[in-house]
Amino acid sequence: METNLWRLLLSVQPSRGLVDEKFSVRVQNAPPAHPLTMHALLHSEDGDTWEAFGHYVTDSGGDVNVSEDPSLGGTYDGVEPMGLLWSLRPAPGSRPGLRFRKRDAQTPMQVRLSVYQGHQSEGFMDRAVLASVMVERWYMAPGVRRVNITEGGVTGTLFLPPGPGPFPGLMDLWGGGGGLVEYRPALLASHGFASLALDYLKQADVKNEYFEDAYRVLQQHPQVCKNRIGLVGLSFGSSVALKMSVYSNVIQPRCIVCVSGSHIQHVGGTLADIFADIAKNQKKTRYNEENQVIWRDLLLPVPTDLSKKVDVGRLQCPLLLVVGEDDQNWPVPESADDMREMMEGAGNSHLLTVLSYPRAGHLIEPPYSPHCRAGTFMAAGSRKKFIALWGGEVAPHSRAQEDAWRKTLDFLRENLYCSAD
Amino acid sequence: MAQTVTPILSVLPTRGLVDEKFKVALENLPPRFPVTLHSLHQSEDKDYWEAFGYYVSDDRGRVTVSQDASLGGTYTGAEPMGLLWSMRPVPGSRTGLRLRKMDVQSPMVVLISAYKGHVFEGFREQPPMASAVTERWYMAPGVQRIDIRERGVKGTIFIPQGPGPFPGVLDMWGGGGGLVEYRSALLASHGFVSMALDYLSFETFKTHNECLSYFEKVFSIIQQHPQVIKDRVGICGLSLGATVTLTMAAYCKSISPRCCVCISGSHVFPSGVSFAEVFQFKEMDMGKARLDEQKRVIWRDMILPIPTDPQRKVAMGRIKCPLLLVNGDDDQNWATVESAEDMAKMMRAAGNDHLLTTLTYHDAGHLIEPPYTPHFRASNFIVQHSKQKVVMLWGGQTKPHADAQEDSWEKILAFLRQHLYPCPSSSLPQAKL
Repeated sequence: METNLWRLLLSVQPSRGLVDEKFSVRVQNAPPAHPLTMHALLHSEDGDTWEAFGHYVTDSGGDVNVSEDPSLGGTYDGVEPMGLLWSLRPAPGSRPGLRFRKRDAQTPMQVRLSVYQGHQSEGFMDRAVLASVMVERWYMAPGVRRVNITEGGVTGTLFLPPGPGPFPGLMDLWGGGGGLVEYRPALLASHGFASLALDYLKQADVKNEYFEDAYRVLQQHPQVCKNRIGLVGLSFGSSVALKMSVYSNVIQPRCIVCVSGSHIQHVGGTLADIFADIAKNQKKTRYNEENQVIWRDLLLPVPTDLSKKVDVGRLQCPLLLVVGEDDQNWPVPESADDMREMMEGAGNSHLLTVLSYPRAGHLIEPPYSPHCRAGTFMAAGSRKKFIALWGGEVAPHSRAQEDAWRKTLDFLRENLYCSAD
Repeated sequence: MAQTVTPILSVLPTRGLVDEKFKVALENLPPRFPVTLHSLHQSEDKDYWEAFGYYVSDDRGRVTVSQDASLGGTYTGAEPMGLLWSMRPVPGSRTGLRLRKMDVQSPMVVLISAYKGHVFEGFREQPPMASAVTERWYMAPGVQRIDIRERGVKGTIFIPQGPGPFPGVLDMWGGGGGLVEYRSALLASHGFVSMALDYLSFETFKTHNECLSYFEKVFSIIQQHPQVIKDRVGICGLSLGATVTLTMAAYCKSISPRCCVCISGSHVFPSGVSFAEVFQFKEMDMGKARLDEQKRVIWRDMILPIPTDPQRKVAMGRIKCPLLLVNGDDDQNWATVESAEDMAKMMRAAGNDHLLTTLTYHDAGHLIEPPYTPHFRASNFIVQHSKQKVVMLWGGQTKPHADAQEDSWEKILAFLRQHLYPCPSSSLPQAKL
């Protein structure tokens, strides 16, 4: 091998960014027309290793600019400025069914970006690296404050933006996996919304009043504009958001965002009743060739009976639905179609916006997060682990995340910051 | 309860390196609405620094600092980074302050706020419409900081991330003394192993040779470091550090820097006699120090006129490596522009002037630092040998000085990369496509 007659310069700007900020990755000082591999490595809090890579050839000046040059192969191809992040997948030999989620929203993800000689596709840990930098990706902007909420029997975490306030508020409802998931509300606070992450599946028999109590806690906070509160839900959280907005006298959001949600649910009872109802349709569970669980049929067919679905014709605020057309977990596209029909019939469809993404799956998260087509799932309160098929293909799903997040932020700003009282 | 409209203030990146530009933008204002954008920083010494600019939103209710012109305040015109470089101590502060970050492992935290109308005072007494916090870092993530205390040498080494080895830079600060790390930390964030050196705290040298052997030792510490490419070590010096840099390059037999950067420096020995006395300052001709109308000390005349006696200045003809000089023509502390002219003359006579590049910045002062840090025309200074406290006049006007810092830093980095980062040579066989 030739002696090291040249030294690469690798730079990433910004080296400390928010999770949804684009970065620019550049390699300089290499020979012209030289093959290189750009590689990303991330260790999760659980000790798993995720990696991504792209194959490049330097230009006549000996440079690679990931924002402008095409990857010729790897875990992503084409001109993809953020491909090194969104195409991250578990390293070979990892446990199956992994999903990347940051539990501690106050510390950054640390991604190591490296450059390797030639076009490599494996064995990165055993090869010499030409250059390497550490990049931080933060869910919390500087100045965002994290506050534990325990009053009124409500368990949650409130993230407040920096500044004097008061701020528009958001109640962030995660999905059926339960727990207190903080990273999305932390990121929303970094964009100017006082955001409450709510732990609502600790007990099987959570009452509807719990959500009203949480809404009041948010409304009454001195730094929250009580007339400018929205709901953001994912999956089962979307179902809760829809139900509460239509049927509760306390919860009157100014707008709602439902990601991968459905209005199909037993309307009269509690969440426990909804779960029981779903369990009754167990036999409709399907499995793919890899024995991964497809649950989308459990809610189908879309009922016509109004006691079995939220009457969205009664909604009085703007609703944004984010739909992955390859959702294998819930019948989200069918639900969206039915919701549109109901709202057109009721005359309030001017409130509805649907963002529908071909080949995107169920877990539509903040952008540049790794895609998970199938992952370990344990319903809250249960001990049984499944490998649930969420659906979606890496590149289209990642594009959906980027586009949906931008439009979600625009929608929230328009309805919570800009609209007149 | 009627809510007044809240604008949305954003600063991107939220966390940047000190030399990275940021974008400050306001949205959701009424159209053609007057606002003041304000920055606030509390230094490690607990003093408050601020800057502000006056703007009027466009028809869509937006202000974009990188494009719109500030109509007044501490800076005017379209100045993307004005909120940082035009900072000055808030009214009522102690006098003669200088903003310097001594702990480079934590960021400078700056609060950016938007106020209604065009405000010039009383920012603390009224609530802003919106605020954002941004961090400015000297150290990129993963850069390592290592204390050096060996063989009588006190310094700090910063090592870039990655497998190495890397080119090295010996970073020499000025006659104010102390261990000043921030430029070295920033150089390491750009891929150079960099050593900051506290060279004024040892016992005074007695002989010229003792001086030389001390600096040879220092240079070898960085050169022998396992993460440094031995034949790619340069020296960067500011002020007195620049004089030391030139002396090392000309006289130290066992070291050969690959290139040198001299910021606001001179080849004239301040005490007029020899290298050793540089550190003793005993013989310095203080008689030529002047005071301006505000009793601020002007040292620039002390080496003027530039001596013709070769004993009193570095033999520039002995320099064998590329040399970059960076000077401000309003330098009130050292006669650097005159020195640069004399250095060019000496090198022309010796036939090595092809190595010399000189950058002279109009209306910039003495303390040409990494970009976007505030300018101070004068500040408190303790004269090393007498421990006398004075207010030293550095010179420069704020805007030209800020421009000089931004432009020179870019050129210094390019110069260091060009000479220290081994390039693929043109004689390498081209890869076939």
